[in-house]
Amino acid sequence: MSAILLQGAGAATSLSPFNSIDSSKLVAPSRSSLSVRSKRYIVAGSDGTNKSFGASSLVARRSEPLIPNAVATKADTAASSTSSKPGHELLLFEALQEGLEEEMDRDPHVCVMGEDVGHYGGSYKVTKGLADKFGDLRVLDTPICENAFTGMGIGAAMTGLRPVIEGMNMGFLLLAFNQISNNCGMLHYTSGGQFTIPVVIRGPGGVGRQLGAEHSQRLESYFQSIPGIQMVACSTPYNAKGLMKAAIRSENPVILFEHVLLYNLKETIPDEEYICNLEEAEMVRPGEHITILTYSRMRYHVMQAAKTLVNKGYDPEVIDIRSLKPFDLYTIGNSVKKTHRVLIVEECMRTGGIGASLTAAINENFHDYLDAPVMCLSSQDVPTPYAGTLEEWTVVQPAQIVTAVEQLCQ
Amino acid sequence: MPLHLRSSPSLKSTFLNILRQNLGFGSRSHVTRHIRQNLPHDPPLRGSQNPIRGFCNTMAEPETLSSFGQHEDASNHQVMDFPGGKVAFTPEIRFISESDKQRVPCYRVLDDNGQLITNSQFVQVSEEVAVKIYSDMVTLQIMDNIFYEAQRQGRLSFYATAIGEEAINIASAAALTPQDVIFPQYREPGVLLWRGFTLQEFANQCFGNKSDYGKGRQMPVHYGSNKLNYFTVSATIATQLPNAVGAAYSLKMDRKDACAVTYFGDGGTSEGDFHAALNFAAVMEAPVIFICRNNGWAISTPTSDQFRSDGVVVKGRAYGIRSIRVDGNDALAMYSAVHTAREMAIREQRPILIEALTYRVGHHSTSDDSTRYRSADEIEWWNKARNPLSRFRTWIESNGWWSDEAESDLRSRIKKEMLEALRVAEKTEKPNLKNMFSDVYDVPPSNLMEQELLVRQTVNSHPQDYPSDVPL
Repeated sequence: MSAILLQGAGAATSLSPFNSIDSSKLVAPSRSSLSVRSKRYIVAGSDGTNKSFGASSLVARRSEPLIPNAVATKADTAASSTSSKPGHELLLFEALQEGLEEEMDRDPHVCVMGEDVGHYGGSYKVTKGLADKFGDLRVLDTPICENAFTGMGIGAAMTGLRPVIEGMNMGFLLLAFNQISNNCGMLHYTSGGQFTIPVVIRGPGGVGRQLGAEHSQRLESYFQSIPGIQMVACSTPYNAKGLMKAAIRSENPVILFEHVLLYNLKETIPDEEYICNLEEAEMVRPGEHITILTYSRMRYHVMQAAKTLVNKGYDPEVIDIRSLKPFDLYTIGNSVKKTHRVLIVEECMRTGGIGASLTAAINENFHDYLDAPVMCLSSQDVPTPYAGTLEEWTVVQPAQIVTAVEQLCQ
Repeated sequence: MPLHLRSSPSLKSTFLNILRQNLGFGSRSHVTRHIRQNLPHDPPLRGSQNPIRGFCNTMAEPETLSSFGQHEDASNHQVMDFPGGKVAFTPEIRFISESDKQRVPCYRVLDDNGQLITNSQFVQVSEEVAVKIYSDMVTLQIMDNIFYEAQRQGRLSFYATAIGEEAINIASAAALTPQDVIFPQYREPGVLLWRGFTLQEFANQCFGNKSDYGKGRQMPVHYGSNKLNYFTVSATIATQLPNAVGAAYSLKMDRKDACAVTYFGDGGTSEGDFHAALNFAAVMEAPVIFICRNNGWAISTPTSDQFRSDGVVVKGRAYGIRSIRVDGNDALAMYSAVHTAREMAIREQRPILIEALTYRVGHHSTSDDSTRYRSADEIEWWNKARNPLSRFRTWIESNGWWSDEAESDLRSRIKKEMLEALRVAEKTEKPNLKNMFSDVYDVPPSNLMEQELLVRQTVNSHPQDYPSDVPL
């Protein structure tokens, strides 16, 4: 019960962020349209009451201090948040592992497959210890062929298992595109609903620290058109664990995008079980002047820019869209109706990225509410250079975000 | 943050160690002496041009033992411990030939005339099973012919026949149990037929009416039935192979007394998925049977343009998979081979590869005219001299299980049933428009609901442009 969560917190400020849903209240992980679904769940409000998620409850806000650094590799950011709240502190990759382990404990059909996920524990240690605990059939090391083990996961899902397929790097999943598009996305539809494919495809993507062009790709651009799949991107240990669990429980194929540079983020997360809603965006910082939409690592660049902007007198509203397919146009729309200005900050390339689609969606749906054209800051249409200095400038920097906001808010 | 790229430094040094050992450095260098002896007529190579001699000069120190063992065996030839087992060295420079002198023999039990070959090994079938096998082959043949004609008459939009491959379809299905999961390519409707899919159900899918289990979303012949454990046909070539390995993995985990079976053509073996799936199945020790219908043609591409190996059966060994080549037009041999393969797959938890040699008598599909790239004589010969139905019929008749009367009774009954099924399917209503948007996800999300609304609005304002037979 959400109430118990609050009592356990013992503090005046609410522990649970905006979109947490008590998992015991879930009957079945079913998706429904945003407005219908929102009436079902009870969200712990920041004033200590339980209220239904409705049109007016957007004021509920995250009460933990916002993580100010662009890339939180230091532990100091967590210090302030651990003081008064219970829960345990862990790094993002550990949160993913915890979510995965809990789901594997809960449901014997959940299994993991990928390269080096077994005794090696995964390239980014997300599956560490799982092979020892669950055996090397349930945590399966595969030969190197992404199309084959993705296909394998799909076949296993059609026969009742719930595989979590790990791509060592999202870029390698380009090799699995055939299986993902043709089989994963389509077979539930073309079989007339006879076969479901509840797979989770996950892996790290995005620009890292000098990993080279091939290992710095943004696959969400390429996958976003595939009908039949859902895409989510995690950005904090809290939502990483929540999204992992929700994705595993979903009956649809879900692609969970992690980011290479966010694995060592530290945060305190609740001890109680929780999941995050797959189709909802996360309100990071409410504001009045401008809506900044972002996801994954760029969230931290945006928050860093937000500090500067606040000092300059602006009040940006920052939303981590989290759900890349479908977009949470409900949350986004409410924000646009309030601020009338939108800036999208993404890591995708300019052409055909998530930002491009989001710009189109916002223009189509909320044109009347905009006081300025939607601006989108993205990476350039170049393969990511290896040189550190160049690589840094392919990615949107906080200074650019500040300039863009100033421009939009003139 | 560690880099997790494919190469690793230790791999490179390991490789160098192997290279050094294979070239015999640090040990007696009879390698180099042997080579010089075997090249008597070539001009003596100068030291700088002979790469081995060059190496020999620069690496004079004896090699320290690496993690691999190295020792002398009784015959004074060195043997190396290497992952996978001991590897003997040889001082002869010998390449494995690209092909054996003789092709892999083909297992058959009934000769061209349907007579049982003496001393043949086969799994005995009862009269009931044999008659069902034959009847279903006839049914499949009639169904294919009638659907093909219906397409030519404009009643169906598309069709692909399995003419000539009836024995593979039916006899392999007969050797399996209903719990074995099937991953077909698209030329195996006979497996569904064997398991009880009715002619009406086939017709419903082809016409895409509201009784179709696929809800009218796919082309004809893309059948699927979860209750008969036959996975919906996905048109992409060979993508079902890794899916089958995944299903076998699932069965293995559940310790079920069942296996996964997947079908594909000779053309499908060129796809990457074929190689990867075989490799995976061998490594996972998954109980899956790979049945290749080597029917000679991939649309217009003959097997000589598809691969240069001795067919498909030899590829199994490359992946560590037990394989067999079978006469695909011999129903009894197919039955026996699949029956035996299934036992091995489940009992020993291993994959099996079966290459069934056959011929695609029909065109690739109704969009193809195969006389453009192959001679009508060739088609005629296979249809007459190697016909799987006539061979099996001779055998069951010789057992007293069949007769001319039974044949004509069966054919007229099936033909009538088939035409009736066509008639009913054609008249049955199409699925509702809402099925265009359902099942994309488990529950339609808001964007799809919006898009459906838009379509309906458009239909409302232009009803004359909307097909009259798709209910709203």
